[in-house]
Amino acid sequence: MRITQGTFSFLPDFTDEQISAQVQYCLDNGWALNFEYTDDPHPRNTYWEMWGIPLFDIADAAGVMMELAACRKVHAGTNYIRMTAFDSSHGWESIRLSMITDRPAHEPGFMVERQEQAGRRIAYTTRAYVTTRPAGERYT
Amino acid sequence: MTISTPSNSPPTDAASDPAIDLAVQDVVPESVDLAEEFESSGVREVMEELDKTLIGLAPVKQRIRETAALLLVDRARKRFGLAHSVPTLHMSFTGNPGTGKTTVALRMADLLHRLGYVRKGHLVTVTRDDLVGQYIGHTAPKTKDMIKKAMGGVLFIDEAYYLYRPENERDYGQEAIEILLQAMENDRDDLVVILAGYADRMDRFFNSNPGFRSRVAHHIDFPDYSDAELQQISELMVTEQNYEFSDKALTAMAEYINLRRKQSHFANARSIRNAIDRMRLRQANRLFQANAGPVGRKDLITLEEGDVRASRVFTGGLDSDAKPILPSAED
Repeated sequence: MRITQGTFSFLPDFTDEQISAQVQYCLDNGWALNFEYTDDPHPRNTYWEMWGIPLFDIADAAGVMMELAACRKVHAGTNYIRMTAFDSSHGWESIRLSMITDRPAHEPGFMVERQEQAGRRIAYTTRAYVTTRPAGERYT
Repeated sequence: MTISTPSNSPPTDAASDPAIDLAVQDVVPESVDLAEEFESSGVREVMEELDKTLIGLAPVKQRIRETAALLLVDRARKRFGLAHSVPTLHMSFTGNPGTGKTTVALRMADLLHRLGYVRKGHLVTVTRDDLVGQYIGHTAPKTKDMIKKAMGGVLFIDEAYYLYRPENERDYGQEAIEILLQAMENDRDDLVVILAGYADRMDRFFNSNPGFRSRVAHHIDFPDYSDAELQQISELMVTEQNYEFSDKALTAMAEYINLRRKQSHFANARSIRNAIDRMRLRQANRLFQANAGPVGRKDLITLEEGDVRASRVFTGGLDSDAKPILPSAED
């Protein structure tokens, strides 16, 4: 099941050229790019691991793409990678754009667990199939 | 490290826009008017500004003109679908202190931007301590960081020879050099590296790092300024700051330049700039001390002969002065 979160996630995966164009858009707006990765696809998992430190003071997308290439070298295939663009201007001081750039080749999806409670009430929870395996071995 | 951005954005970003490039390739033009290209790309403006604001430096301007011509012709060739490889644009600027290396580097970034060879046209100025780390494993991220910042623009490495310190075999400079060389080769389309420094030391640096010599295509030597050129520069600097020399001060300035050149620590235009700064100081002091009623616009902008002549240079300079009153290096 394809994970859809962040911008453009209902579209086919972007090519490097398309990612680069988005990066340039962010840079032109004065936002700082940042790369993050995780192997836990649960939608409530909002805090992903940071790849290095946020990329401040970069003028051109090529510099950011260098960092993405370095991140991919380590994590592509075994992790989701997303880029986030941080707007530091007053009043925002927050993420303005978030987009998944890389995903594992096979995404098994989620199962629903039902828990019977007192008075025949049922509590539902979702669990990603991959998380039954330990972190770091989920998409190998 | 400093980042300078070009003062005005060029009129033709179209050159680097892939969508327009595609459209152009479909229709192969019959002919390309190079003069028209020269106008429309804004290169002419840069060249004219170069001529107007940079005094002397004839060989440098000649090289810049040649480079611009090459890039323009290359762009025209591209329109016809002729084979073109992105020319290597890494440069080395050698010359004595104060001969305008940094100023020209900034112009170069602007020029390359107008021609569409760098996308952003900003200049990132770095020295050894921006690139080389303090402990093992610190250098590579630092250097890569700077390269990332310079992507799409020009990386200007001032006093580049300090990167290489043969006397200390555990120096991390070599690591920075290797990463730079790699970036200069692989990211040729995204990055232009300009190395600058004093001629003799740069020669030694290139000799001990043959990789650099072969990757740097353009070696530009900055000559020292002549006395007449320095005089022009001083007038230009004074005008830029909204001052002017009185007639007598002008003659005094000519003498000053002549004398200053023979004394130690002479740094061409930089010496002149410092001298003018000190003259302003003396002028302000004079106006204050004279206390001769209200001062007019004329008084405020005129540098008098006395302001020039008070310099230590006229009494033999730094070396002859036993008791330095001002803690200034050059006066």
